Amino acid sequence: MSPRAAWRLEIMGFSNVFWYPGGKVDWTAAGLPFDGRLSGIPRVGDHARRDVPTCLPEERIADVRERVRGANWNTCFVVTEDRVVVGRLQDEELDASGDLAASEVMRNGPSTFRPDVTVHQTLDHMSENDLTTMPVTTSEGRLIGLALREDLEAAHDRGVSARTSSHPRGSAP
Amino acid sequence: MERGAQIVEVLPSEEYEDVHLPGAMSIPLKELEERSAARLRRDLPVVTYCDDFQ
Repeated sequence: MSPRAAWRLEIMGFSNVFWYPGGKVDWTAAGLPFDGRLSGIPRVGDHARRDVPTCLPEERIADVRERVRGANWNTCFVVTEDRVVVGRLQDEELDASGDLAASEVMRNGPSTFRPDVTVHQTLDHMSENDLTTMPVTTSEGRLIGLALREDLEAAHDRGVSARTSSHPRGSAP
Repeated sequence: MERGAQIVEVLPSEEYEDVHLPGAMSIPLKELEERSAARLRRDLPVVTYCDDFQ
């Protein structure tokens, strides 16, 4: 649709016309801001913790373990140099032999959500699948952060509370 | 964008009202003709977008 629009503009004499192949899907999936009626709905990307530890596939588990636990985390994402997620380490993997590389013990290809998924949808999915965390990545698989269920529940409750207080129903005068 | 590009969403206006890129204007493809395009400056770049690559 957008290439056709660009072509039509060129036919009309516009000389400097481009089209954005990724469009709205790409934009919102990258966690970039957007406007419109749905812009106020809480999204999982807004609540993902950006400080979740990462390591490279070739890093030694002993070094990763020290860094991760030193920062009071119990999980770490194994990422490429451009932050594409290739695996995840949790307690079991962090306790592996220190000389092993992260890539040798990691859990491959964790499932992820895009940042524009609503908090409500994410909580439903986490509840159905008994999950406490959800990695958030761009559509190219680059890590944005880790959403914790407790953070999402708090955000959801705040949203409900805000809507309730701005639209009081049945309150006594 | 830095060169003052004009961002144009060409999806139906209801979709634009739900979600659009900051600063984008709405000119649905079905309504894209000389008259609606008159809102655009010819001396600045124009970038069109829809949902994705389609």
